[in-house]
Amino acid sequence: MVGAACALYAARAGLDVIVVDRGPVAGGTTGAGEGNLLVSDKEPGPELELALLSGRLWTELAEEIGDAVEYEHKGGVVVASTSDGLEALETFATGQRAAGVEAVRVDAGRLRELEPHLAPGLAGGVLYPQDAQVMPTLAAAHLLRASGARLFTGAAVTEVLRGADGAVRGVRTGRGEIHAPHVVNAAGTWGGELAALAGVSLPVLPRRGFVLVTEPLPRRVHHKVYAADYVADVASDSAALQTSPVVEGTAAGPVLIGATRERVGFDRSLSLPALRALAKGATRLFPFLERVRAMRTYFGFRPYMPDHLPAIGPDARVPGLFHACGHEGAGIGLSTGTGQLIAQVLTGHAPELGLAPFRPDRFPASASTASTSDSEEAS
Amino acid sequence: MNPLELVRAEPGPAFTVTLDGREIEALPGQTVAAALWTAGVTSWRTTRGEGRPRGMFCGIGVCFDCLVTVNDRPNQRACLMPLRPGDAIRTQEGTGHDD
Repeated sequence: MVGAACALYAARAGLDVIVVDRGPVAGGTTGAGEGNLLVSDKEPGPELELALLSGRLWTELAEEIGDAVEYEHKGGVVVASTSDGLEALETFATGQRAAGVEAVRVDAGRLRELEPHLAPGLAGGVLYPQDAQVMPTLAAAHLLRASGARLFTGAAVTEVLRGADGAVRGVRTGRGEIHAPHVVNAAGTWGGELAALAGVSLPVLPRRGFVLVTEPLPRRVHHKVYAADYVADVASDSAALQTSPVVEGTAAGPVLIGATRERVGFDRSLSLPALRALAKGATRLFPFLERVRAMRTYFGFRPYMPDHLPAIGPDARVPGLFHACGHEGAGIGLSTGTGQLIAQVLTGHAPELGLAPFRPDRFPASASTASTSDSEEAS
Repeated sequence: MNPLELVRAEPGPAFTVTLDGREIEALPGQTVAAALWTAGVTSWRTTRGEGRPRGMFCGIGVCFDCLVTVNDRPNQRACLMPLRPGDAIRTQEGTGHDD
């Protein structure tokens, strides 16, 4: 998704763009996500600024391709089960408001008006009208189409070509060489491996997440609804399983129940404890789900960075190499802002957000993992 | 050829289930989809967007095309669900849930 957005904004800035993906479009983390465009779960700071910029850009894009990508400006509702939890949530929201987030306190009675099927007895919550959703696979495909970029799928990058001066000259792929003065590493969870091909380290780690999918239903969940503990789980550095229910309806009918987080490498085995925890948490929020069938589950590997911030911008260690990866579970939402910032720096303009917090070389050098990359753009 | 002869099956006695109130016969171990096909019914659901007819497609529980309401539970996979005497199968429109 981030690669598609980089392609779109770079092309609109007048650059000639080639997108190289080792698999099909949205075949990696993008196709395994929920398509959340969230400000609600972000504390004030650089990631929230990027989310606000991205949200504005998604709103603009939605005017062009909103229906095609199932864009829904549905809003998010964060609920607290106790009054202590509600006070903590309100404190969090106060900080967000100062940073430009719309956050409306919702008392217990009003909660049921917003979401009639919510469990009784919740203390209250906060409504975030800026939260939205897209269908991520459609979004990646339509952004790529709108970009007009040339697209090479099934073409893994095997080498980053560099000149005698060390600067990037392009990439070698399974389908031949592509020469370009700039290479953007948008390989998501595999971004560390692409970086290693260019001789630099970037500590992108996989963080596995499961999503449960129910049978299609008439609309019963209107917002993205989650418990206040979700924010703490997202920010956690623990490798152990974290589960907090995130429940939302979709345009197509199924209810999606997220979101587990655990660092277990690229382990693709099904985890029943994770799924049970998801189902239990979701039925606690929405008791009617007890009588609804879960139809299937899917999972993906989010690109986790040790400080929970993506790598965006030029890599000072390799002239011509840019990074746009490591957005963890927020890559769909943050893709547009990331693409815009990358396009600005590629064309020699000042990026509209400071890139210092996102510097790709902010981590101490370490041994990187090895295998192949997911997607990159040469522009 | 009769598939029972083909595999030399000796099923137990047939029993009765209903499709929208109409009685049809089923054999022990037969799935909803198999009994409906045997009764000449190939479509038992309409899609939620455009109301198009659907029946069995993959037959192995993967595609979720053959969804049907059985004993008031909507969205059962007809290709996987074995029938029991007296089961009430109902054709399903859209999500199968009223709201």
